[in-house]
Amino acid sequence: MAQIEIKNVAKRFGSYQALHDINLTIQDQEFVVLLGASGCGKTTLLRIIAGLETATTGEVSIGGRRVDHLAPKDRGIAMVFQNYAVFPHLTVFENIGFGLRMQKLPNDEVKRRVERTAELMHIEQLLKRYSGELSGGQRQRVAVARALAMEPDVILMDEPLSNLDALLRMEMRAELKGVLAASNTTAIYVTHDQVEAMSMADRISVMHQGEIVQAASPIEVYRNPAAEFVAGFIGNPPMNFLPATPAGDGKWSVAGQVMDGPSSGKSLKFAIRPEDMRPADEGLTATARVVEPLGAHLLITCEVQGSMFRAVLDSDMSVKPGDQLTLAPQPDRMRWFDPDTTLAVA
Amino acid sequence: MNARLLPYVLILPVTLFLCLFFLYPFLLVSKQAFSTGAGFTLDNFREVTSYWKFPITMRNTLLLAAAVVPIQLALALLMATMVNRMQKGRDLVLYVWTIPLGISDLAAGIIWLAIFEQSGFLNSMMSGLGIVDKPVNLLTFQNPGIVFLAIMLAEIWRATAIMLVILVAGIGLIPKEYYEAAEVFGASPWKRFLRITLPLLRPSLQTALILRVILAFEIFAVVAALSGTLFPVLMGETYAYQFDLLNSGAAAAMALIILAISIAFTLIILRVLRVPKGATI
Ligand SMILES: Nc1ncnc2c1ncn2[C@@H]1O[C@H](COP(=O)(O)OP(=O)(O)O)[C@@H](O)[C@H]1O
Ligand SMILES: [Mg+2]
Repeated sequence: MAQIEIKNVAKRFGSYQALHDINLTIQDQEFVVLLGASGCGKTTLLRIIAGLETATTGEVSIGGRRVDHLAPKDRGIAMVFQNYAVFPHLTVFENIGFGLRMQKLPNDEVKRRVERTAELMHIEQLLKRYSGELSGGQRQRVAVARALAMEPDVILMDEPLSNLDALLRMEMRAELKGVLAASNTTAIYVTHDQVEAMSMADRISVMHQGEIVQAASPIEVYRNPAAEFVAGFIGNPPMNFLPATPAGDGKWSVAGQVMDGPSSGKSLKFAIRPEDMRPADEGLTATARVVEPLGAHLLITCEVQGSMFRAVLDSDMSVKPGDQLTLAPQPDRMRWFDPDTTLAVA
Repeated sequence: MNARLLPYVLILPVTLFLCLFFLYPFLLVSKQAFSTGAGFTLDNFREVTSYWKFPITMRNTLLLAAAVVPIQLALALLMATMVNRMQKGRDLVLYVWTIPLGISDLAAGIIWLAIFEQSGFLNSMMSGLGIVDKPVNLLTFQNPGIVFLAIMLAEIWRATAIMLVILVAGIGLIPKEYYEAAEVFGASPWKRFLRITLPLLRPSLQTALILRVILAFEIFAVVAALSGTLFPVLMGETYAYQFDLLNSGAAAAMALIILAISIAFTLIILRVLRVPKGATI
């Protein structure tokens, strides 16, 4: 059992506050992805959990035990590093067995576990090679195998796929998800790639400027972003925003169109995902500017009362730049944000 | 310019320089060593190796190298590791530690002589503390151990920094991520040194050891300053053949013997510390 509890963790580097008051509980065997733009503090948080960095304030517990003062090796964790950190002077076999050797396990046990994890990661034919003789993808597999061979309670991964090319990344994504699910470990996975996060996570924890903005299931994060940042960060293309002014109780005027919304006294921002727009007789009036056929869909960048606005429509529509469109937002997919707090308004 | 030729053209000046000032004199010395006036002969080698002092000089030189180099290696590794961990003042410490490098070996010998001789610092200190009644002459034939120790100390003081600077540069090249990975996977600081630093430092260790071992076989001025003729070494004998006995053929033969030993040790070091293909950083 390895539930992870992060309580009020903050980290300063000199005068720079890298993490503000992070709170996160990760269930046993859960796969949590820390998602955020580069520099938002994901690696710092992961390193604090690993014990490679000390938090300025706050507590970290793993499996109900405070680990703040424990060395990394005593925390029951294993880690996959961004640049793999596969030891160049050791063979693949010795790399995978490194942690087991440090635990002074008998030779046959080391051999058994190395061979089993190598097989799991499909690198059993590479065991005698050095890392200089491996491709990036193979090195990545060695790094994962080295972590799995420890049979850890928790596996921490820092952008493990970011150095691979797109095709390999997609392949490894599915494989890694399968392997980790079968291994019954708790996993924390850091990435800046929202597709990776959406496809792998049980739960996504979106980080922004050293804070966790939202921690929820991928579909929840996608459908009901808790803040404007999440709405703009997740989804490709991201959500559209338009200013909304009050037009009576629960009514809002958006680009000259009156819509139903939450009751609130002040102005809000109206938000809708590009794929939640339908061509209709009544709706927002948009002028198409750029039309990009993407095969399955048509991505149209248009202008609504001077604001940029994107719509994803069916690809058998025929739209040319300059065309006038009337787009109706799907009522149950409309979202509202408070421009002052940037938080969602229900 | 043809791209395949360019590298060779670029190293041409150095090659010419080396041919003129190294290879050519080397050939002249070889010619001297292998001739006594009339044709090819090994007489010079026979002469120097059959001389009664030869085994002693050989033994002394090897003994000194065997005593000094491992201590220097250990010290240089320790110092390099310490320097590498420093956040502040790193450069200052490194400069101070490398000061002896800027001092010639004869000057170094004289500095240590000033410590060990009868009117030296060590004697003043010992008599001041009442350990001895009156200053004693330490560096005499009755105290071969002290003579050896003095030479060792002078050598360690003088020439550890040359290894240090090479190792500091080498350690700086090892990515930090390897240490973090080793730490996460359970390696203690000592294990990290043994299992990460040492193996990844092999190229630098090779360079440092080769340089240091060759210098150890060429030891001359420090020994001359501290022991006179009490502790004869190969280079001292070579000097004696050339300038005291005016036998340049024998001196050339000695020089070639020292060269042969240096080459042999270089090959051994290269072999022992070789990095397998594909196993470099
Ligand atoms: N050792 C450090 N010293 C000073 N600043 C650091 C250090 N490590 C990280 N930072 C800063 O903290 C912020 C978060 O870094 P990091 O956690 O690596 O971000 P991410 O992994 O999300 O890209 C960055 O602005 C970075 O410059
Ligand atoms: Mg990072």
